[in-house]
Amino acid sequence: MTIDRRDFLKISAGAAGAAALTPLSGCATQSAAVGGARYKVVVVGAGFGGATCARYLKLWDPKIHVTVIEPNDKFVSCPFSNTVLAGINQMNDISFTYDYLKKSVDAFVPDWVTAIDTGKKTVTTKGGKTFAYDRVILAGGIELLFDKVENYGPETQKTIMHAWKAGPQTATLRKQLEAMPDGGVFVMSVPMAPYRCPPGPYERACMVGHYFKKHKPRSKIIILDGNPDVASKKGLFMAAWKKHYDGMIDYRPNNMPRSIDPKKMIVGTEFDDVKGDVINVVPPMRAAEITGMAGVRDGNNGTWCTIDYRTFESKVVPNVHVLGDSALTNFPKSGSVANNTGKMCAYAITEMLAGRKPDPAPVVTNTCYSASSDSTAFHVATVFRWDEAKQSMIPPPGANGVSKEESELEMAYMESWAKNVWADTLGLPA
Amino acid sequence: MKKTLAVSLLIAGTLGTSASVYATDTRARFMAANCAYCHGPDGKSRGAIPSLAGLEVGYFVEQMKAFKDGSRPGTVMQKHALGYTDAEFLAMAKYFAAIK
Repeated sequence: MTIDRRDFLKISAGAAGAAALTPLSGCATQSAAVGGARYKVVVVGAGFGGATCARYLKLWDPKIHVTVIEPNDKFVSCPFSNTVLAGINQMNDISFTYDYLKKSVDAFVPDWVTAIDTGKKTVTTKGGKTFAYDRVILAGGIELLFDKVENYGPETQKTIMHAWKAGPQTATLRKQLEAMPDGGVFVMSVPMAPYRCPPGPYERACMVGHYFKKHKPRSKIIILDGNPDVASKKGLFMAAWKKHYDGMIDYRPNNMPRSIDPKKMIVGTEFDDVKGDVINVVPPMRAAEITGMAGVRDGNNGTWCTIDYRTFESKVVPNVHVLGDSALTNFPKSGSVANNTGKMCAYAITEMLAGRKPDPAPVVTNTCYSASSDSTAFHVATVFRWDEAKQSMIPPPGANGVSKEESELEMAYMESWAKNVWADTLGLPA
Repeated sequence: MKKTLAVSLLIAGTLGTSASVYATDTRARFMAANCAYCHGPDGKSRGAIPSLAGLEVGYFVEQMKAFKDGSRPGTVMQKHALGYTDAEFLAMAKYFAAIK
């Protein structure tokens, strides 16, 4: 079966390669060749969830017509973006072409989605195109709620970075850190759970700490955490801060940023005003804008999307599936989860198209590494299984836990994980 | 392709499994795909994490059982092994063994 898939990929790569400059023409040719109405899946968003789902839909049922709509011209990885802040990696190291993904799907549309009509089952883009679907996959990640922090409007956003969507924000924050004098203060925030990448802020403190230790050793990091405590891998991060960055990190729980003064460079919390030389505020967040357009942001007071674990279909609107960070699940909002839930969704859809019921008891995994220095890392790993009695996905006994301690071996594994998950998500060649 | 098929038949014959190895076990395929983010697409790793493609069925199952009971030390693998049944180890093993 692997041979078939590889051969299919080769054929498909050749066909799409001929029409590389006009991805849509490849779609027209293929549709014409088949002649009939094909089952149409429209995937909105080509991050870890959407790109993986699109690729695996084609791998597991090449007859499905898959359209991917994605506004960004390249994939920039959030995992490893903290290493760019550290100066360990460059933007190029975390940026990847969509060329291989384009070759494995029927149509790749570089555009923003502006409307989703779940009655007529259509998706409309800013460019004025409308795409009909049998099923639509919403994989747009997160929407940042700047209005939840006073004075975090468009003007403030020009100089205060969140860097919680990797890309230009990451590059700018790195430049700000480079420009900061030794002895300066970096003020960063952690939004209240649930948020994208639970260990990410604490890893960020480690990575900026690594940079300061090497180049600006008199500098300080103040972490304003909206949560009552370190929200992920607590023991491991506390040990890493003590071991590598002792005296540098000032951790303040229950300190949600309420306001920003970008001129005076002050973050206001309920307790006091915190002055910084570089300020990095990650505002509260909810499921991506596109989930609002489809009316599926129904969970947790209208912030995230409830889904059926067996299909990742929305619990409130049929034929609409929600992947990755936008979904309200027991899973952490990680790149690994987005990647694997993309496959869960593709598995369910291809089973249904093959005339079978979706797997009644699916099993899915998360493995998430965090860097504690330039040479050490640690993990959290979990297997989630469907529990019929609880109607949820729960880790069996022992199938959930973190590293005993940081290690160089796990840094090697973290780097390997990145290469493999990027390849698996985007179809990158070996 | 002929050669690959012959090798697969040989493996299947050795283990005394039936022709069902060749019908696509879509559940096994999905479970195996779960491993890809660390072990690479189709179990072919691009880094320090070992590849799974082409591993012999018995070896794969034995290693997973060893991770599960702790007799093989590891980092993440004991947690993963404790999440699956022995029957699922075998299903994934067959899937990976068939990848050349």
